[in-house]
Amino acid sequence: MDPNDSAETAGEATGTGAGRRKAARYIVPVAVAGVAAATIGLVPALANSGDPDLPKISAQELIEKIAASDEEQLSGTFKISTDLGLPLDGLAGSLVPGGAGTGDKDGGAAAPQDKLMELTSGTHTLRVAADGPERQKLSILGDASEYSLIHNQGEVWAYDSKSGEVYHAEAPKGREGGDAKKAPKPPKGAPATPKDFAEQALAAAGDTTSVTVDGTAQVAGRDAYQLLIKPKQSGSTIGSVRIAVDAENGVPLKFTLSAASGGKAVVDAGFTKVDFSEPAASTFAFSPPKGAKVTEADELETGRDEHGAAQKALPGQLAELDGFEGVNVIGKGWTSIAEIRTPGGKGLPAAGSGDVPAEAQGFLDALGDKVTGKFGSGTVFKTRLVNALLTDDGSVYVGAVTKDALVRAADAAR
Amino acid sequence: MSQAEAEPARSRNPVRSRYPMRPRHPVGPRTPQRPRSPLWTLGLLRSEITTLLRRHRTFALLGVLAAVPVLIGIAVRIETGGGGGGAGGPDGAAGPAFLAQVTANGLFLVFAALAATLPVFLPMAVGVVAGDAVAGEASSGTLRYLLVAPAGRTRLLLVKYASVLAFCLVATLVVAASALAVGALLFPVGEVTTISGTRIGFGEGLVRAALTALVVAVSLTGFAALGLFVSTLTGSGIGAMAATVGLLITVQILDSIPQLGAVHPYLFSHYWMSFADVLREPVHWDDLTKNFQLQGLYVAVFGSAAWARFTAKDITA
Repeated sequence: MDPNDSAETAGEATGTGAGRRKAARYIVPVAVAGVAAATIGLVPALANSGDPDLPKISAQELIEKIAASDEEQLSGTFKISTDLGLPLDGLAGSLVPGGAGTGDKDGGAAAPQDKLMELTSGTHTLRVAADGPERQKLSILGDASEYSLIHNQGEVWAYDSKSGEVYHAEAPKGREGGDAKKAPKPPKGAPATPKDFAEQALAAAGDTTSVTVDGTAQVAGRDAYQLLIKPKQSGSTIGSVRIAVDAENGVPLKFTLSAASGGKAVVDAGFTKVDFSEPAASTFAFSPPKGAKVTEADELETGRDEHGAAQKALPGQLAELDGFEGVNVIGKGWTSIAEIRTPGGKGLPAAGSGDVPAEAQGFLDALGDKVTGKFGSGTVFKTRLVNALLTDDGSVYVGAVTKDALVRAADAAR
Repeated sequence: MSQAEAEPARSRNPVRSRYPMRPRHPVGPRTPQRPRSPLWTLGLLRSEITTLLRRHRTFALLGVLAAVPVLIGIAVRIETGGGGGGAGGPDGAAGPAFLAQVTANGLFLVFAALAATLPVFLPMAVGVVAGDAVAGEASSGTLRYLLVAPAGRTRLLLVKYASVLAFCLVATLVVAASALAVGALLFPVGEVTTISGTRIGFGEGLVRAALTALVVAVSLTGFAALGLFVSTLTGSGIGAMAATVGLLITVQILDSIPQLGAVHPYLFSHYWMSFADVLREPVHWDDLTKNFQLQGLYVAVFGSAAWARFTAKDITA
């Protein structure tokens, strides 16, 4: 019986209180909305509560499991959210050479570096498919568009459905396929699969790091162990790194990097759907669609040079950094700080020096905090993970450490 | 089953409910009506749909919708004809989705036209029809005659909603068919490159296009239910249409304000563009499923609200 009938039956039976009866009908839509709200609120909570019951395992065994993992065939959907807490969102993209937003014609819009850099901010859904070392595919799903990077037996194709442009390169011969896949990736800082993440995190381990197994979880419908990596040193901005590892085959399924300051995870990347069977061969087949503009990798080199030249001509401090004298690493492990001395021996132009218009000076000041110490004075530029201290005498200290640690390092280097 | 049996009794509600002692399950003379009842509903639906489709206003709405793909097709044709036929035209990044692919394959005009009409034209046409569904009858004074017929308010409302849904489907198909015809006429057709870069045959491409049109039609059902609810609130057809279209525009604006990101997943238009996921290989169902769930929620909430209002209100015109 639907509520309709009962309402009317009640109405026929009493015949009085018509107003109340009419008002009572509005309970139906309100109830439907309420049930929907409850469902939306409760279902994720219920889905998360069921951590799987798995046999105990040591951290060492789990890492071995990851290392021994030889799954070569998988396909799935992958979600990556990044919140680096940059002073201005999107600024990073425009500052990094060949960064996002340079969909200009000199480099070819479909060139992979530009696109992959976009992954370093915001939330993106990716699709990955792999079939052995010879065939991989990575797609970034956009609004009504998709950017696909396909490696198929020696050929690398990139297709941007939004602009209809194609990028083509030959994968280097005589190399492992895995390397060929890595080649078109950004230099560093934008890993795309949990495996890359895990390898980076484990490389940093040692006596500075605590590695433990922290319970279990369900990731993409699969049972997984959680590997928890925490810095033992104080002063790091990295709170913890958590890697969910498939209990069955040791494939890392999810990677979460949290800042020491708490809040939303800085990087949260994981499979939302994963399948370890062989992907269809047609997934990796690509030939440029009719009328598409195809950019060959070697053609692109010339364009890249022009681009680079333009980058060098950028006025001001950024371009000057290109010719730095040397990098000196202070400390070790999680709290290592890179010290960079710029050749001019000159830091940010001091206010009122006349080098920079007042507006620009104000802008720079707004981005950073002024600090002073035994080393003199300088400006700290903060993100949620990486902080940089730019001293007035031209040294730069960069690291995933707190502001105080940067100042201490600068003092010690004096 | 009990639903069907209850129908004849319920259908008399507006007239009969004043007699409290009336037996719930009628006997005697009414029994022969029972088997006829489903067909009778179909008759009411058929007459409702033919009335809707014969209106000049409906023709005008469909005509405008059919003209959009023609305009897009001609514009793209002129633009690329002068520019040397390269797909990466000057507007490759801007404008509606799929425009870049239209020159290479006319079938993409279907997707481009749906992407261009879905945000405004299609829902506006649906808003006009849905907003007018009940309020229009009320303002022209024909609603009381409809209710005199032994149809019952609930069933009349269902039939009204069904005819609005039929209009959603017809409007979407008109856009798709017009786009397909123009696309085939002005541009080459053939194997389709999905947005994932893989290729599918033209036949499969046609299936995807039909599926897309269906998804777009389903995307409009939530908004149609909202329009029907607004329509039961007022006795003025114009007022209901204006309010419905106004709601559409308001929601679209809200959906474009990033600071309101928390409410976006609950706005009926938020997942509309997910129809493009049909063109991925394999089809990416996540957002499509969310879209269907959201539309179902809107249909349930505003459909029942429309029912609560319509069955309880005093019909004065």
